[in-house]
Formats: sequence, structure tokens, C-alpha cells
Amino acid sequence: MKLRRIRALATKELLQVVRDPRSLMLALLMPVMQLLLLGYGVNLDISHVPVCVYDQEGSQFSQSLFKHFQASPYFRIVSSIHSDRGIRRAMDDGTCRMVLVVPADFSRQINGPRHASVQAIVDATDDNTATLATAYAQVVVAGFSSDVQLNMMERTRGMPLLPASVAQQSRVWFNEDLESRNFIIPGVVALVLALVGAQLTSLTIAREWERGTMELLISTPVTPMELLIGKLLPYFGIGLVDALICLLFAVFWFDVPFRGGLAALLFTTSLFLVVVLSVGYFISVVVPNQIGASQIALVITIMPITLLSGYTFPIDQMPAVIRGVTYGIYARYYVTILKSLFLKGSSLHALWFPLLALAAYAAITALLAARSFRKRIG
Amino acid sequence: MFERIWHVLVKEFLELRRDRWARFRLLVPPLLQVLVFGYAATFEVFGVSTAVLDLDHSQESRALVAEFASNPHFRIVQMASSQHEAEAAIDDSSAAVAIIVHAGFARLLRKGQSAPVQVLVDGTNSNSALIALGYVGAIVNDYSQSYRSDLLERINPRVAGSLVTITLDDRPWYNTSLNSRWFFVPGVIATITLIMVVNLTAFAIVREREVGTLEQLMVTPLRPFELIVGKTIPFFFVGLGLMAAVTLVGTLWFRVPFRGSLAVLLLGTSLYLLSTLSLGLMISTVCKTQQQAFATNFFLVNPLFILSGFAFPISSMPPFLQWLTYANPVRYFIVIIRSVFLKGVGVAVLAPQLLALAAIGIVLMGAATLRFHKSID
Repeated sequence: MKLRRIRALATKELLQVVRDPRSLMLALLMPVMQLLLLGYGVNLDISHVPVCVYDQEGSQFSQSLFKHFQASPYFRIVSSIHSDRGIRRAMDDGTCRMVLVVPADFSRQINGPRHASVQAIVDATDDNTATLATAYAQVVVAGFSSDVQLNMMERTRGMPLLPASVAQQSRVWFNEDLESRNFIIPGVVALVLALVGAQLTSLTIAREWERGTMELLISTPVTPMELLIGKLLPYFGIGLVDALICLLFAVFWFDVPFRGGLAALLFTTSLFLVVVLSVGYFISVVVPNQIGASQIALVITIMPITLLSGYTFPIDQMPAVIRGVTYGIYARYYVTILKSLFLKGSSLHALWFPLLALAAYAAITALLAARSFRKRIG
Repeated sequence: MFERIWHVLVKEFLELRRDRWARFRLLVPPLLQVLVFGYAATFEVFGVSTAVLDLDHSQESRALVAEFASNPHFRIVQMASSQHEAEAAIDDSSAAVAIIVHAGFARLLRKGQSAPVQVLVDGTNSNSALIALGYVGAIVNDYSQSYRSDLLERINPRVAGSLVTITLDDRPWYNTSLNSRWFFVPGVIATITLIMVVNLTAFAIVREREVGTLEQLMVTPLRPFELIVGKTIPFFFVGLGLMAAVTLVGTLWFRVPFRGSLAVLLLGTSLYLLSTLSLGLMISTVCKTQQQAFATNFFLVNPLFILSGFAFPISSMPPFLQWLTYANPVRYFIVIIRSVFLKGVGVAVLAPQLLALAAIGIVLMGAATLRFHKSID
């Protein structure tokens, strides 16, 4: 291995990157755009869910119930409905996500013994929103219920007021305000690096083949290992710059806490970059045409990162087989480390398992990438 | 004119057929993605690992803990013996929720006062935490209500008998068992088609340009418009085939109900493909090399995903992003495909989405054709 040859190759590759300003711009804009989009666009909590009301009674009680809903930040009463067919229509075309149906004998139920109920028809197409909306509606109705009860007790003479209830005092750790942003953004770093890495490297060899410059490259004394290092060095630099942009943006723009150590972040990021770049390079060697390489790269990077890395979808909720598969996804380890470094401020010591796994991946993929390239034509 | 388009078509199909890899690449990864996605994508929260610290050791506190133990959303993994131990469980992620009942809990309740229960939650995953907190609230609420009515019953049976509890009787429609898969699989079908079709089309023309065969094509009597039509038609069929394959997996394997009509889905799909094909063409006219086309594609795919309502509700986005979503063809198609699958509605209800898709498709196609004319001059 000769340093001089690596340097020459790296310079050539760097020049190629710099002279294609559009690709370079995309690589540097990528983190900013992804962070802005995901930082602002991803919010799984609900607010102002549109609600239609179908008041079959029109009593004081039903009006009071609606007021309770109106006062909740989670709901917004958009219109009232006057027939069963109206429910179907409003739900089908999405005018509202929930229809509250107050039965015609609501007052009688309330003044009668024990039990009264209101029906909530929920659009469960989106099960997550439906679950949250139902839970919040339950809280609103429970509040209404105890208001009615207290009212009754007050009117009954000689009856002591009995709150006798359990008060839930919740404390949330690591992400005190339950900001979706704090949960998503650390993982975005992994997403950005994987996308940029794949985008930059997965065509690098295929391009030389298609353009015909590969024969020139092969006729030089460069060895496969030198080729790998020389080709990937500039992209490694771009990746680190991207990671830095992500970090600065996350902390100063989105106020995501960064509680871990910078050195730990730099170290793990370097490991992850080695994996990502080597995988891209490997694809590029194995699939020697650019369309094919691009498709494989799309599939290999986007799917595992968005789905199986735990960056949005919790791994512990997946079926056992898929959970097993996630251990084979290198992004999983990096995402775990990122989330711990950002939110928990863990030390590398506590992260030994994902760290070890990532290091193993880096070694294996780099070796594979170096071995895959043969100086042979045809 | 048709003859010339036909020749381009034949050439394209031959190219596809002679690339043995292509068939594999076109079919296997998308199918794999639907399968994995169908299993992996869920925001449901079951069996949350829970640590319990009961410092009261009373009948009441045990009853409350039993409520958690019997609830499928929680799984008690640790009975802590001190506050420190409970907090440590959250710290090292062995538990995501800790329920702490302090001494004196039962005493307060028996006196008819309000008794606190402390809940610690790991908020790292904000969504799961939110949902888990909702379930904790429901359990605590239920417990409270039944405790109160029992207490009243003992003190004053007459009043207790006249007191009413008002409950919410929830009826989820379209997806009665709140199955995440039913929500995600139709969306996956839309997104996978997007990735594949945009990528294929974007490369189609750039490749000819980069390899140098575009100039050869241009010296033939072929007009630019004919070239575009001939180039996109094969991908239209590839898109339809992809959609069909992935839809079959969704309905046969994942058993997502298909309640609407195939004709509506076909209409929606065709309009959707018009937009995605045009988007791909647009990219290929702007880019000089496949490298650039690829970068642009990568750059665009994720925003199109996120702003489509495919996983993250549009109604929770800030107004500015909500406005952006209106320009996103994926947004409309996701509504269409979900409605056709789960709601079984027809063209009348989906008219706004269909029209929007058609409009976006026509504008994009027009723009791509114009740009293409310019880019070959």
C-alpha cells in the first residue's frame, strides 16, 4: 500500500465531486432539508381532531358535554349531523374523524340509576390517531361524568363530598415534554449519513465501467485496497461534515438536548460511515451498471433505516422474527447509540454492545468491499 | 407517429428483457419490502415493560397493581423494593414505565381523599410514551371510579344507587380491531410504487444521454414527444404490474380487507402513475448524469414520504408544511388507496383527490415535455 497512490486517487475523486456541484450541493443540503422536514413534520400526537356531533336529544346535558369537548385542545367540533346517513357520509369523506352520538334518552339515563353512555364513532383507518383520540375522549367524558356526579351530591342534602380518587402524577424522563422531535431527530443523523453515503458511493465503480475509464484505472499500479481507501476518503469527509451540520442544527435550531460526549459521537459516527461507505462501494462493484446499483442502494438503505433501525418504529413491538432481523441491520446499533448520546447522555461504557456490533460491521464490510474488487476486465 | 412510438416501445421492452437482473430487481425488493413493512411498521403499544414499587402494602395498592398486571398493554418485569431501584430500571432501559405507590395510599383513600400514584415514564420514544400514559390514565381512572362507588355504597347506599356514571362507548369504524397493518399496508403499496417508478423513469433518459445514445435517437425521425411517450409507457405497465403484485401480497398475505372496487383503484393508480412518471421524467431532463439523477431522486423521495400522511398525520403538522402537502401527489393517492381498501367508497367521494392527482399529473407532464425539448437543443 502506497500513501502516494491513495492520495492521488483521493484527489481525483475529490475533484470529481467538486466539479459536479449539483451532486455536492445535494449531499450538503440533504441534512438540512431532512432535519427541517422531520423536525417539523413528524408529530404523532394529535390535536384539534375534527369531531361531528349527532345530538338526538338536544338537552342541557348534551350541550354541556359538547362544551367539555370544545374546551379540550384535542378536539374541534366541526359540524352537527341530523341523521344516521349523515354519519356515514361525514365519516366516508373524512369531514370528521369522530362522531359523538348522544342518545335520545340521555337525560333520562343520567337521572336514572347508575349508567349512561355516549357513543363515539371513530375513524380507525389510522389506528394510532384513533387510539389516542379515543383515550383523550375517554378522559373528557370521565371529567364530564364526575362534574355531573359532584353536582348531584351537592344537591343531595347531608351528603359529604367525596373525591376519593387516585391522582396520577406522571414524570417523564429523558424527553420531558414528550416532544416527537427529540425522539426523531437523533435518528435522522443515521438516516442522512446512510442516504448520502449510498448516494455518493454506490455508483462510483459502476460509473467508471459505464464511462469506459475503468480500463485506464486498471492499467495503473493501484491495488484494490488503495482503490477502496482512495475512493472513499473524500466521501468520508463529506459524511463527517454532514454529521456536523446535523448536530449543530439539532442542538441550536431544534433545541434537542445533546447530553453525551462529542468524542463518543465522533468515534461512532466514523465507524458508521465506514460501514455505509463500504456497503455502497460493495454494491457498486457487484452491480456494474448504474441503474441496477441505484435500485439496490435505494432498497438496501431506505427500507432498513426507516423501518428496522428503531428510528421511528419501536423494535420491541415487532414480531420476534423481524426483531431477529433487526440485529442484522447495522443502522440499528448506530440509532441506539445516537438516541442514548443525545437524550440519555450515556457513556460509551454503557453502550458496549451496540458499539462492538458496529465495530464488527465496520471491519467486515470494509474487508468485503476491498476483497470484492478484482483488476480484471470482462 | 404511432409506428415510431411503437418502435421505441419495442426497443425499451427488449432492453428490459435482455437485462435478466432487471426482472429480479423489479419484483423481489418491492415484495420483500411489503412483507417486512407489514410486520415492522406499527405504532401500537403492547406489553410495555413496567416496574412496580408498592410501599403501601395494602389491599388497595395491591388491587391497583393487579389492574396493571392483568392489562395486556403492560408487562410487569420488576417488583422494585426502593425508589432508587425503580428509577434505576428506567435509567438502564430495563423498564419503560415505573408505577410507584407511596406509603399512606390506602389511608388517604379510605378517608375519602385524593391519593397520589407516581408514574415514571421513559420519554425517549415520545409516541409510545404518550400512548402508554394514556393507558395508565385509563386504568387509574377506572380504579378510581369503582373505588368511589364502592365507598359510597358502604356509606350511603341510597345515594350511591342514584348516582350515575357516564361512559364513552367507542366504536372504531373501518378498522374495528385497530390493526396497524391495515393502516400501513395500503400506504406501503403507494410508496414502493413511487420509489421504483420515479427511479426507473429518471434513469431512462439520463442513461441514453450519458452513454451517448440519445444523440443517435435524436438523428432519427423520432420527435421528442414520441420519445417521451415511448419511454414512459413501459414504465407505466411496470408500475401497474408492481402495484398489482404488491396489492396481492397485502390482501392475500396480510389479509387487509379490500372493500372498494378494482375499477376505482385502477383509475386512481393510473392517475398516480401519470404524476410519478412525470416526476421521473422531470428529474431526467434536469440532470446530466445518472449520478445526479440518483442524488435528486434520493433527495426527493423522503420529503414525498413524510409529507404524504403515510405514517405521520398531516393534521399535526405546522400550517406551512400542511400547505406543501397539497402539492404532493402521494398525499392524494394514499387517501384514495386507503379509502378504497378500508372504507370501500367510490368515485363520488374520492372526486377531489382524483381531480387533484389528474391536475398535478398534467402539469408535471407538460412541464417535463417542455423541459425535455429544451434540454436536447
